[in-house]
Amino acid sequence: MARKNEFVIKGGTVVNHDGVSALDVRVKDGTVAEVGESLDGPEILDATGCFVSSGFVDLHTHLREPGKEEAETIETGSRAAAIGGYTAVVAMPNTDPAQDNVMVVEFVRAQGQKAGLVEVVPSGCITVGRAGTTLAPFSSLAAAGVRIFTDDGNGVQDPLLMRRALEYSRDLGIVLAQHCEVSRLTEGAVMHEGSCCSHMGVPGWPSIAEELMLHRDIELVRLTGAPMHFLHLSTAGSVELVRRAKADGLPVTAEVTPHHLALTDELLSGYDPLYKVNPPLRTMSDIGALKAGVADGTIDAVATDHAPHAPHAKEMPLDQAPPGMLGLETALGVVNTAVAPTPQRIAELFSWNPARIAGVHDRHGRPVAVGEPANIAVWNINEVWSVSRDRLASKSRNTPYHGMELRGRNRHTIFNGNVVVKEGKALR
Amino acid sequence: MNPPTALRETRILDADGIRRAITRIAHEVVERNQGIDNVVVVGMQTGGVWIAERIHEAIGTIEPLRKVPLGAVDVSMYRDDISLRPVVPSAPTRIPCDLTGATVILVDDVLYTGRTVRAALEALNDHGRPRAVQLAVIVDRGHRELPIRPDFVGKNVPTHMADTVTVGPDGVLISSTMDSAG
Amino acid sequence: MKHLLSTAQLDAAAIGALLDVGDHMAEINARPVPKVPALRGKTVASVFFEDSTRTRLSFETAAKRLSADTMTFSASTSSVNKGESLRDTIETLAAMGVDAFVVRHKSSGVPEAVTQWTDAVVVNAGDGWHQHPTQALLDAFTITRSFGDGNTMSGRRIAIVGDIKHSRVARSDIDVFTKMGAEVTLVAPATLLPVDVGSYGVSVAHGIDEVVASTDVLYMLRMQKERMDSALVPDISEYSARFGLDEERAGRLQPHALVMHPGPMNRGVEMLVDPGTLPGSRILAQVANGVSMRMAVLFTLLGGAPNGLSQGD
Repeated sequence: MARKNEFVIKGGTVVNHDGVSALDVRVKDGTVAEVGESLDGPEILDATGCFVSSGFVDLHTHLREPGKEEAETIETGSRAAAIGGYTAVVAMPNTDPAQDNVMVVEFVRAQGQKAGLVEVVPSGCITVGRAGTTLAPFSSLAAAGVRIFTDDGNGVQDPLLMRRALEYSRDLGIVLAQHCEVSRLTEGAVMHEGSCCSHMGVPGWPSIAEELMLHRDIELVRLTGAPMHFLHLSTAGSVELVRRAKADGLPVTAEVTPHHLALTDELLSGYDPLYKVNPPLRTMSDIGALKAGVADGTIDAVATDHAPHAPHAKEMPLDQAPPGMLGLETALGVVNTAVAPTPQRIAELFSWNPARIAGVHDRHGRPVAVGEPANIAVWNINEVWSVSRDRLASKSRNTPYHGMELRGRNRHTIFNGNVVVKEGKALR
Repeated sequence: MNPPTALRETRILDADGIRRAITRIAHEVVERNQGIDNVVVVGMQTGGVWIAERIHEAIGTIEPLRKVPLGAVDVSMYRDDISLRPVVPSAPTRIPCDLTGATVILVDDVLYTGRTVRAALEALNDHGRPRAVQLAVIVDRGHRELPIRPDFVGKNVPTHMADTVTVGPDGVLISSTMDSAG
Repeated sequence: MKHLLSTAQLDAAAIGALLDVGDHMAEINARPVPKVPALRGKTVASVFFEDSTRTRLSFETAAKRLSADTMTFSASTSSVNKGESLRDTIETLAAMGVDAFVVRHKSSGVPEAVTQWTDAVVVNAGDGWHQHPTQALLDAFTITRSFGDGNTMSGRRIAIVGDIKHSRVARSDIDVFTKMGAEVTLVAPATLLPVDVGSYGVSVAHGIDEVVASTDVLYMLRMQKERMDSALVPDISEYSARFGLDEERAGRLQPHALVMHPGPMNRGVEMLVDPGTLPGSRILAQVANGVSMRMAVLFTLLGGAPNGLSQGD
């Protein structure tokens, strides 16, 4: 889009590594042209009461295209992301066909470019078809620009395969990301294994199923020296394992979802599959440990694990319904309400750290400074708003926050120098 | 029942009055049936049960040589208004014998619309086919909605529909609100 | 409450009230013609997505004895166990005019979901591992009426033996028996006890020999052969050796002790003696009482006590 697009983000507070200051920002032709006080321009984007930072980067989004377009498409998912303040999302590879070959990866990337709302960064699979038996072609996928590889939806069960994957990946500058779940321990599981599931009479997903694989992979990292990213940590034990691994200087990073910081397994006592998610919602003490992990830096990033499902898919008995909840449009609100991090910590969790982990930090997660690409989010942590599942940009409705009040909302989003979201509404 | 603005209570019968009515009814039962062959006394749960016991005792005094069977019938499963107002079953039905060919003396405290007696007749039919059913009540307060009439009555008492009639061993009490009494 | 989905809705008083109605129904069932017109004009639909001829027949008998009309939808042999068809099935039947749905499904929570799709009354006839409230009611009726204690089990020792973890009967019984004051002991290997067993208000024993001589009620659960597959129990003979009721153990029961089983029995697994030879066996009484208590539940929900069941709080 070659347009002489110029506007001033006025009245906001810029959040950068080196400080937080009340400054205006002029954007021109796709980059930040000026940062200063009392700027004027042909078009004004009001940022009164808001923070201005690099746009958010989601390490973990399910865009469902190709394969489940009735739940979401790359376009509708991008729109939801942009409204949430994201300028880049890592698209998970459990599509159909899976993102285990260059053709699908390039299709997903192109669809994202066509929608033009955020940068869609396709991830690749660790194993072909995510079947866990043979390695996917890391090298050709890396050559096609894929940086993160995961079998998300499943963990890689075979320890030998995982060791080989780490060794092979080490030289390619890519990062393997693990969905930690020992599947033999979670067969038929519907929700967290604890008192709640016991009284409800449903099979449980024990915390140790996550912690065992996490422990295994941390040791494999120690052995191979390859970096690893751990998806959606959900247990207190997992936080402690990552904390010790980092203290040992191992190259590991970890993410947490907004829902694992806010919601517990008791929400499932009405058997509503809306709250069914993988890994499951757990207990208050797990939430406490995850929040502590966010506070002390053990957890590097918030990632939404945005998982749309069409309404008829969730209207099933609890044990048959697919797991997953929406997250892109409510992430900032939920995390701010549940944890209330400082503005810099918000920028770190939502933008700077995930941009680095995703390998897009040359254009996302940048300082708001002259010469930098204009991928910017303008967000208000004081705005209180009520979530309505019918007013979301996502094609699906499975948000667990419907009817809840959140404090914190993204207001404007600038992607490649263009205003794509203004006053909470997508412009395309 | 809503607490009335003002309540006037009138005692129609006292304990002695009850006793005499029961004795008279017992005699009338024996006279009308020329003895007590095939007679069975059945009280309606719950208000008619103690009265049935007293009538049964009195009959035993008049005709001491033979025992008359005594039972109780609960009509909650036979009411025609189950969906209209709440029905809480009280004490269960106890019918001591097959009622086929029997003369059933059905006993209740108050006869009002007649609907409870209709339900009782249906309930009795599920325990056999009585030769006859004769109705004995302490108070007939009028306002019948069905063609039901008592065979033995302690006292006829005209009432207003808003009145409440209570029958106990110490007597019969009519409670009226002042407006309805007016 | 309008529906009966779980015993959690009932406090001791509400349970007692239902048992009292059960007495009425037992009297009716003892008559030569066990039928009353109480639910005439009402339609009770059995919707069974899991095979269970005996429970279904029990409910249908109960409905018929109250003069209700019955409808049966039995989906166990067809492929309609997927959620989409579940909602369609309920809405289609409801459109034909149903006053009460009696629902059984292999997934916990389905009867609760059904209440969203219809205005009719819903009775849970068994959902997954979760609840089987009418079973617990008939068991409570059987125990209290056998002992003549009235509507209480205070001081009674009840041992429930078998696969507690996967048993909706056990969950419902534990809830009702403890509410009525009984001392409940679960007898099972650790692999077959529910997670967080401490939160159930019960004691635990790891062999039937620990309880057989001291218990007032020995409640045997069916041990499914399928449990052997997931390494829950090594094999049948090991299970029977520790948890089976054989002649020797039956001989050690107290004279007044009751032996109960929800059926169907796995002879040779948990029952190694013919219950017909045991004076304390109430297994057949349970079946008869099942009809009475299901009549009591249907009567109460479809036109008995005010607003159906009184709220248990």
